[in-house]
Amino acid sequence: MKRSTLMGLVMIPLTLAACSAQETGSPENSADVKFQETLQLKLLDAKSGDVITIPEGTFHFDRSLSLTVDGVTIRGAGMDKSILSFKGQVAGAEGLFVTANNFTIENLAIEDTIGDALKISEGNNIVIRGIRTEWTNGPSTKNGAYGIYPVQTTNVLMEGNVAIGASDAGLYIGQSKNVIIKGNRAEFNVAGIEIENTINADVYDNIATNNTGGILVFNMPALKQEGKNTRVFNNKVYENNTKNFGHKGTPVASVPAGTGVTINSNDNVEIFNNEIRDNKTANIIVSSVYSTNYSEGETTTDYDPYPEAIYIYDNQFSGGGNSPDGLDLKALKVSMFGLKGSFPDILWDGYYNKGKLVNGKMPVEFSICINNGDIGIANADGPGGYKNPTKDMSIHKCDLPKLQPVKLGTAG
Amino acid sequence: MMLKKGFVFAFLTGILFFITACGDEIQQSPVFYETENPTNLSDWNILHIQIQTLYLSDRVVPYDLNSPLFTDYAHKLRTVWLPEGTTASYRDKEALDFPVGTIISKTFYYPTPNGSPQGGATVVHSDDKTAQHLNPGLNLSAVRLMETRLLVHRKDGWVALPYVWTDDQSDAILKRTGDIKKLELIGRGEGRENFAYIIPNANQCAGCHATNATTRDIAPIGPKARHLNKDYPYADGVKNQLVAWQDMGILVDLPDEKWPQNVDWKASNASLNKRARSYLDINCSHCHNPVGAADTSGLLLEPSTPDGTNLGRCKIPIAAGTGTGNRIFDIVPGKPDASILTYRMHSTNPAVMMPELGRSLSHTEGVALISEWITAMNGTCE
Repeated sequence: MKRSTLMGLVMIPLTLAACSAQETGSPENSADVKFQETLQLKLLDAKSGDVITIPEGTFHFDRSLSLTVDGVTIRGAGMDKSILSFKGQVAGAEGLFVTANNFTIENLAIEDTIGDALKISEGNNIVIRGIRTEWTNGPSTKNGAYGIYPVQTTNVLMEGNVAIGASDAGLYIGQSKNVIIKGNRAEFNVAGIEIENTINADVYDNIATNNTGGILVFNMPALKQEGKNTRVFNNKVYENNTKNFGHKGTPVASVPAGTGVTINSNDNVEIFNNEIRDNKTANIIVSSVYSTNYSEGETTTDYDPYPEAIYIYDNQFSGGGNSPDGLDLKALKVSMFGLKGSFPDILWDGYYNKGKLVNGKMPVEFSICINNGDIGIANADGPGGYKNPTKDMSIHKCDLPKLQPVKLGTAG
Repeated sequence: MMLKKGFVFAFLTGILFFITACGDEIQQSPVFYETENPTNLSDWNILHIQIQTLYLSDRVVPYDLNSPLFTDYAHKLRTVWLPEGTTASYRDKEALDFPVGTIISKTFYYPTPNGSPQGGATVVHSDDKTAQHLNPGLNLSAVRLMETRLLVHRKDGWVALPYVWTDDQSDAILKRTGDIKKLELIGRGEGRENFAYIIPNANQCAGCHATNATTRDIAPIGPKARHLNKDYPYADGVKNQLVAWQDMGILVDLPDEKWPQNVDWKASNASLNKRARSYLDINCSHCHNPVGAADTSGLLLEPSTPDGTNLGRCKIPIAAGTGTGNRIFDIVPGKPDASILTYRMHSTNPAVMMPELGRSLSHTEGVALISEWITAMNGTCE
């Protein structure tokens, strides 16, 4: 008797659950309300040192999750096993928003957020490991902007993550210090891996393919921190030829499809030992903010728009430069290299700071130095209105002192 | 066991009923909890209900702002309470310096159609006349209470607590994970608009109220001199709020010089620039300030930001993503339809809209104001 009553009680909720699961067709109703509340409550009540585990399974959310407690770890059972799905999200500009120090997140996936997937703002000692961020319908302008998005952070390790389908950057680091980005895979994003206004970043052992641009090292104006000291090495950056699906007006929307590595207005950047191939516009672009569709008027006075102390050496290049994106670049290619020709491995827009010339020559410490076998450069002559492009390598035959490796935990 | 629990519950409920029924007998002063977060709003005793009317408890002071934050056309009943014998000190720019023990409340509600059921999902658009409706109290048969957010000043700092009103409108329950209520708004133009009224979770409360994103200390946003510096219709007459608070003995150090003042963004006698800047201040500057959560963007919308790049003039976005709406600059002088600012204010897409939280509807009148302001701006971005 007792047992049957107990069974009855257990059966009723099960039946109810089954019914409601069947009835809810629309995405906003399919949020697993219970798990959503349980997890958000855990994030609210977390204490430093807590490990919050996400079990295997796919869990639905209709609102952003957020964490503000220092010293918390969120751990799933694997990037293909513990899945936080935000399909049908109705509120919040990101999937998970973290503002906390000493934060680790690992081994889970965040899918189909309406805005950014994982945003981490103003934290020290951040580890993002084995995370997959993905928009499951493939590349689309409707996808959220950023996959993994730490900004204004210090001592950051991004390792073994996978980012797919972001309409801005798959793996992004902005306005940060001391960053290691290693062993990640970025695919079908507008920008695969983007380092922006960041000081001291090592980017290595990553794969960037099928993005619009593979790896980007950018400095944007009007921000409190200008970036410098980035090393990009031992990466595979190939076939980043996906049509740009970014939103016009975003910095990455100006990245031509078919770009391997782009350095824009950043200083002290080393590109070495990478395999860079088959990026149809150019395997490497070095440019200034001036050629990214922004006016001169809006840059702030203390902002340095010129890429300086750029050192490119010992990379393995092949293919690429054969079919640049956009009419201007196509015309430039044809005029310089003929209909069947290709851009050389490096394309430079030609902007430099005339105020730094000494006796008409750019001192080595501000130069774009290339020591990479017999590869060539095309100088597009942006400052001259693209009228007199050249292939002159002579001013680039130089070497720069090598940057120090990034050590986490030394700043902050 | 179950039975016993049930009994205890019924017993307790009985007591509550009894207490509530005894109107005048109940203690009418607010209660400051030093550490505990009571489940029921009624435990704080900031507000109390008698015969379908919501009243403020003893020494709970209602107040109003020159320009308020837009929250899906909700009306807002704002109150402040300071423990007996304590005072807040005047500050010029930041929120007034409130003592430990202060409880600030904000109750969000909508007028309802005549004869609609209590807690019904249909609500009416109308101008916020909260202050005028408070004498003697808010008639609950004409409104739907949504939520009451408390800011409690404890020894270690301010704490934000979201309470959600029950459908029977008898009390509000602490819901730190937030909530969504589906509503229908009528009376704005011809149509009926369905929207999701979103109650923020406790972190999201802090998302706005931690106006310094580095320290993450929570602070009140509304009770700043420039927002409070206006007349209020008290039961015993109309008076400037800062003066009234001084006269009540809850505000000290009010200087002799002119206090800063925002304007009502709807005020036809104020300049367009002042109206727009007042609107942007209360709706945006809690994040868009030099130390706020949106300092990552370089767009700063406090009243003190001079016209220029940081105010958005010909400023390119940093990480706006979808938010650009295919527009190049935050503000293109003379061209609101080419400016990202108006695009994001108008949007209701969570990935695009600004503010990021706190609304599901577009504030048509606010967008119109900012559009007018941009239209009147001189210059170009060439």
